[in-house]
Order: sequence, then C-alpha cells, then structure tokens
Amino acid sequence: MSDLRDLYQEVILDHAKHPRNCRRQQAPSCLAQGNNPLCGDKVRIYLELDGSVIKDISFEGTGCAISTASASLMTESLKGKTLEEANRLFEEFHHLVTSPAEAIAQFPELGKLEVFAGVREFPVRVKCATLAWHTLKAALENKPAVSTE
Amino acid sequence: MNVATNNLAGLNHSSDEMSYDVYRIREDFPALRQGIRGNPLVYLDNAATSQKPQSVIDRILQYYTSENSNVHRGVHFLSELATREFERARSKVQKFINAAEDREIVFVKGTTEAINLVAWTYARRNLKAGDEILISAMEHHSNIVPWQMICSEMGAQLRVAPISDRGEMILEDFARLLSGRTRLVAVTHVSNALGTLNPVKEIVRMSHECGIPVLVDGAQAVPHGKVDVRDLNCDYYAFSGHKVYGPTGIGVLYGKAQLLESMPPYQGGGDMISSVTFEETTYNKIPYKFEAGTPHIAGVIGLGAAIDYLTNTGIDQVAAHEGDLLDYATRALSVIPKLRLIGTAQQKAAVLSFVLEGVHPHDVGTILDQEGIAVRTGHHCAQPVMDRFGIPATVRASLGMYNTREEIDALVTALYKVSEVFQ
Repeated sequence: MSDLRDLYQEVILDHAKHPRNCRRQQAPSCLAQGNNPLCGDKVRIYLELDGSVIKDISFEGTGCAISTASASLMTESLKGKTLEEANRLFEEFHHLVTSPAEAIAQFPELGKLEVFAGVREFPVRVKCATLAWHTLKAALENKPAVSTE
Repeated sequence: MNVATNNLAGLNHSSDEMSYDVYRIREDFPALRQGIRGNPLVYLDNAATSQKPQSVIDRILQYYTSENSNVHRGVHFLSELATREFERARSKVQKFINAAEDREIVFVKGTTEAINLVAWTYARRNLKAGDEILISAMEHHSNIVPWQMICSEMGAQLRVAPISDRGEMILEDFARLLSGRTRLVAVTHVSNALGTLNPVKEIVRMSHECGIPVLVDGAQAVPHGKVDVRDLNCDYYAFSGHKVYGPTGIGVLYGKAQLLESMPPYQGGGDMISSVTFEETTYNKIPYKFEAGTPHIAGVIGLGAAIDYLTNTGIDQVAAHEGDLLDYATRALSVIPKLRLIGTAQQKAAVLSFVLEGVHPHDVGTILDQEGIAVRTGHHCAQPVMDRFGIPATVRASLGMYNTREEIDALVTALYKVSEVFQ
C-alpha cells in the first residue's frame, strides 16, 4: 500500500474530488483539446493571456483522479506566471514524473506539483499526469488538439 | 452451458462442481503460479487473452524442436510431418465447432482478420451503392470498422440495431432494420464489454428468412461453452486462438463451403494458387484459396493442442464452473456500495463490467494491480457501448476456466480498499 499512498496523496485526492478552476471560458486567448485515446480521458485547457502573462487558466474534462488532479494543480500553479515560466514548469514536471528516482533533480519552483513524484513508479499512469500539460503546450503553440498514448 | 442452444451458464450450475477440480486445472497453467507485487496473481482479464496450459506451450516447443518445416511444399519427411500435424489441427477445429467439413475452416491471424477477410471478399463483391450491412450496438471495434471501411468504399450504409438498458439485443428493432437492402448481418455471439450472450440462432433464423447471410463474431463465446455452427446455422463464424487458451496470432474463419467457394481470394501469394503464369493464375481450392503465404504453423498446431485441452477437460464442465462463478461474483459485487454492473443481460458469459461511483476505472485498475489482481479498465474497444451507457470506461473482470471463488473474494476485498483510498 505504501506505493499506492505515494500515488494517491491527500492533495491529489482532494483536487480530484474538488477540482479547482474547472470551468469554461467564453472568450479565451487560446484553448486546446487533449485526448488520451487509450483511456478515453479528455481535457480542454482555456487560457487568458495578458501579453506574456497567464492572467487566467481553467479546464474542463473527464478523466481519472491523476489526470483531473494534474489539470487542477496545473491551473493553480500557472495563474499569474509568464509563458517562459510556464514552459520551464512543463519541463520540470515532465522530468519529475518520468525520471528514475535516483536521477531526480530538485526544482523548488514545482512547489505543490511535487505530489506527483509518486507517478514515476506507475509508468502506465504517466500519460494521465501529463495530459493536461501537453494540452497546455498545444494551446500555447496554437494547435487545436493533442493526443497522448 | 451450451452456447448453441442458449442453455446458458449461470442458469444451471448445481451439477458438475464436484467433478470439476479447478485447483488441479490451475496446476496446468504455469503463468498462474507467479506472484505479482508480493501477491499471488489473480488473473481476471481472460476476455483480453487467456493464459496457456503447459500442454500448449509444450506442443509449440515440440513443433519448433523436432517438426519444424514448411507445409504443403516439400516431399521430405519433415514437411510431410508438419503438413500432417497442421491439417490434423484443422480437423480438430472442425470437430470443435461442428463444421460439416475441414475445408470450411480457414486459418487467419485472429477474429479481426477473419472479419476483414469477409468484408474485403464477400462484402466487396456483393455490395452496391445504397445497400446495407446490419450490426448491433454492442459490437467490438473489429466488428464495426471493417464494415465502415467497405461501406464507405462501396457507397453502402452501416445500420446499427439498438440494445436495451440491460445490454440485450432488441429483436423487434433488429427485425425492423432487416430490409430489402440488407446484404449481410454481423453480430457478436458474446459481448466483450457487457458479457451478453446473444440469441444468435434466432438472429440467423430471422436474417435467413429475408435471405441475408450472417457473420458471427465468436471471439468471446468459444472459450465459454460449446459452439455448434451447424446448429446456429450461421454463414460465417470467427474466433481467436489466444482467447481459448491457445497461442496469439492464430484465428479461425468458418464459412459454409458454398459461400467460401463463391468468394474471390483475400490476398495473393504462395499456397493460394494452383497454377501461375504471367498471363493467368488459377486459384487453389478452399480453404487454401484464403491462406496465402506460409501460415502460422506453430500457432495452428498450438491451437489444436488448446482444443484438445479444453475438450479433454470438458467444455460443458468448464461452462458449468464459469456459470457458478459468474453467479457468485455477481452476488458478491452487487453488495459493494456505489458499484454498478454494466451489462445485466439474462443470458451472460462470465464477464463482469462495472463502475464505482466517484472513482475512475483507471484508478480502480491501478489499486487492484497493487494487490496482484489483473483486470481490464477502459472502453474495451467498444466505445459505442460506453456511449450507450453514458460512461467513459468500465472496470472489467472476465473469468476463465481456472478462476476460483477465492479469487472473486480477493477482488471484492481489493474493491473495498479502493473505497478506503477514495473515501
């Protein structure tokens, strides 16, 4: 059960049950749809930009606890960040969930997102944790949709 | 159970439990002996693929060790031996499903290829613009997509017969959809996502009254009970070796001889011809006309060994055991709070699809996996079925001949753990 508690940390369960910023935006600066065809997980990310600053970010979707919590926590950590900071967080988050434990670098900027460190022990769930982030990247690159498998 | 006559597992399962020693049967399956993450493996993903008995593994080993040669070719000893064993396996399949003749058994990669074969030969030759193919709303993607592809090429329409909230075919609606334009009916015998056992014999009867041939997708039916293609009177029947305790990469298309003879070949190549010049090629007789290239010889012989294993164990005993287990599991799961079974047909094979309110199936799957329990989570290659029930995915526990009541108990205990984590 210990690995399981690492995966399903309280913060993750809380965000899965009560996702933050889970709402549609009427006139977003950009948006993208992310699909995981293997699982059927779907997420849509909405961004309101003020120059290069993320003024507002929200999401809608259906998915497992990991993908919902990841989208929720991502929106929380990115609000008010610059695009450059967002891109850096994307890289750091990706590193966090995909690198072997012994190779993990410390990124203090990740803050609460560190709760996803347990995902690396569950390789088939990595795509659940990264779906929202890949969708964010697609939105910022003006791609309407992204698919992870 | 007798799939062919619909005397189904689960309804009549008091009898043979004593003579069926599931613990002895488990000893025949080496994969079941392993531990997963510190727990004994509880393998409940049989609808995806089954484990293999030692006799099948040994038979394949023996083939590659001392019989390996190409079939239908050489005059040398090994080639004759391999050919004989290969054709013996065809006879085993013929008897297993009670086909009239060996030549009605075509070896293919699996159920998917069998369906594609019929789509690209029979349907392609017989479809015109405006014609229709009729399927049901509970089909696996492999009994949807080949028909969509051929319909799109020929300007034909795919029609879908609806299912009820219990996951059963609605025969009145099916009858209404049989029209003068219908050229083929393709339905599953047992639904992989819901477990529903369809009244295939009745479906065939209704379709034949309108002069329409029927293909039955038997991938999920063959492992669970006696299939008799002549009793069903279906025109085509498709199934896969790996779901019936045999190897992957081998499957069977049964077709009535007269139909197979009327069909153009599927692929061109060696073995499917009787003579070739640059001007003209004469095709081989059935079934070889549909078996271009060197076949999966080891797979065919391994499938023969799997059929021997099932036949020696007794397919009716297997069906009775699984029926008992299905009944036990249905009762055990039904009392778990917030659990909803998806697929509650009166006649079912041993497949339990369910959702837990407030917990996504993938999270359930991950937690069960930590306990060594293998289930399938997702849409089970049946997205239209998920849409029909308004859910993105289910957890599916599918039972086989070697599963036990203790394993169902382990599943139930683990599901309570899921509720603990997600309380």
